[in-house]
Amino acid sequence: MDLITTFFNIDVLRQAAPLLLRGFWLTILLGATSLVISLSLGLLLVLIRLYSPKPLRWLAVAYIDIFRALPLLVLLILVYYALPFVGIRLSSFWAATAALSLVASAYMAETFRAGIEAVPRGQFEAAQTLGFSWPRMMADIILPQAMRLVVPPTTGVSIGLIKDTALASVVALPDLLKQATQTQAFYANPSPLVGAALLYLVLLLPLVRLVSILEARQKRSR
Amino acid sequence: MSQKTASPSGTDPIITMRKVEKHYETFHALRDINFDVRRGEVVAIIGPSGSGKSTLIRCINRLETISSGEIVVDGTKVEDGKSLALVRAEVGMVFQQFNLFPHMSVLRNVAIAPMRVRGIPKAEAESRARQLLERVGLSAHVDKYPDQLSGGQQQRVAIARALAMEPLVLLFDEPTSALDPEMVGEVLDVIQSLAATGVTMLVVTHEMGFARRVADRVVFMEAGQIIEQGAPNDLFDNPQTDRACAFLSAIMHSAG
Ligand SMILES: Nc1ncnc2c1ncn2[C@@H]1O[C@H](COP(=O)(O)OP(=O)(O)OP(=O)(O)O)[C@@H](O)[C@H]1O
Ligand SMILES: [Mg+2]
Repeated sequence: MDLITTFFNIDVLRQAAPLLLRGFWLTILLGATSLVISLSLGLLLVLIRLYSPKPLRWLAVAYIDIFRALPLLVLLILVYYALPFVGIRLSSFWAATAALSLVASAYMAETFRAGIEAVPRGQFEAAQTLGFSWPRMMADIILPQAMRLVVPPTTGVSIGLIKDTALASVVALPDLLKQATQTQAFYANPSPLVGAALLYLVLLLPLVRLVSILEARQKRSR
Repeated sequence: MSQKTASPSGTDPIITMRKVEKHYETFHALRDINFDVRRGEVVAIIGPSGSGKSTLIRCINRLETISSGEIVVDGTKVEDGKSLALVRAEVGMVFQQFNLFPHMSVLRNVAIAPMRVRGIPKAEAESRARQLLERVGLSAHVDKYPDQLSGGQQQRVAIARALAMEPLVLLFDEPTSALDPEMVGEVLDVIQSLAATGVTMLVVTHEMGFARRVADRVVFMEAGQIIEQGAPNDLFDNPQTDRACAFLSAIMHSAG
């Protein structure tokens, strides 16, 4: 009984590979969909949070605070198991996408806010005195500068989001983790779990490294 | 520099301020400001620190809101609403800290507002931007970014950027105060050459020699009020109020 045949059993891995890769693909799809939604929603939220009239602004603040406070797993289970009681029945993929996007967009909004608030007031004033309308000022002058500042923290939030996709296995989504636990049970061998861990690393390690590089570069350019 | 005396009638005012009051919370920053700038006129505003010079010119394009009174630019009242962007497009402003857009090349800094605000096609806006950059002596730097330029060069880009909107009037808030001494001259020369071509300007400045050479009229402010105004030679050589007298003799001494 050696370590290799237990944890890196080539035969088991080879047979499990198609399922693992299918799960990996679903994980990527879930992560990418949630990322696109949370980036857009986060941008919308921060603009409401900073620039809309009072009542709307408070709503945005409440949204951002609540979804940063609520545990993602609790939210996911609520969306998947509780919403059907009021007639909203989401597939496991869309339930996971909804939960991930709700939470990640709140974090994105806070990240973007830090970026917008770091743009000097003189930039707003220069654009205004040139006659820029508010949307044009944001699109051409403010957001490009703000977004450049927040690339590293935004990538960090994105990494967190992709990691959290693993929670979707709780609502029976056949993602990478779910496929791994199922094949592990089937073959009575943990190698598929090790394989899944390696695939997560393949996806996330480059992103983690990227954040460090971007942060270092930004520090240097200051 | 045609009208050395402020003619009360004849030429039409581009900027009119009537009974303007400005409060910052409890602080009374502008008191009963009544003031015109006429087409083609170059007006310098001088006065001690904290006297409200910046506040006054920032009220003209509503970077600051006024508490009461009225400001009219070229027949349009300056107030919130649809007309505000139009007024702002007609009033150029050059800041002490330049405020160039750091993520754009020099050329784009100058071309962007005509493209986005006036809807001028890119090619046309850029060729016009090149002309303006040539006029301020920066033809060799069009493709650089602001952080690759000296302070004096950045301020000249800022002047070209303001001119690109073809404003009716240019406001300057201490355009040379953030510059190293050796760069002050190049920026003042550009402003002086604009004055010579008839551009209407309102300039807050601590450069008394420049005010005397270039301005048609000098306005002295203190404690939020216009204390005295007149032709530069009159105001500098023969001030009528004690406060202007005290201010001028103080800066003459400090200037050595
Ligand atoms: N946002 C603000 N809130 C409160 N007080 C302000 C604000 N901006 C300016 N003030 C005050 O209003 C007064 C006039 O300020 P202002 O900047 O117009 O003076 P200034 O004549 O331009 O001075 P300087 O020569 O130092 O630039 C000052 O006493 C200043 O402290
Ligand atoms: Mg000032």
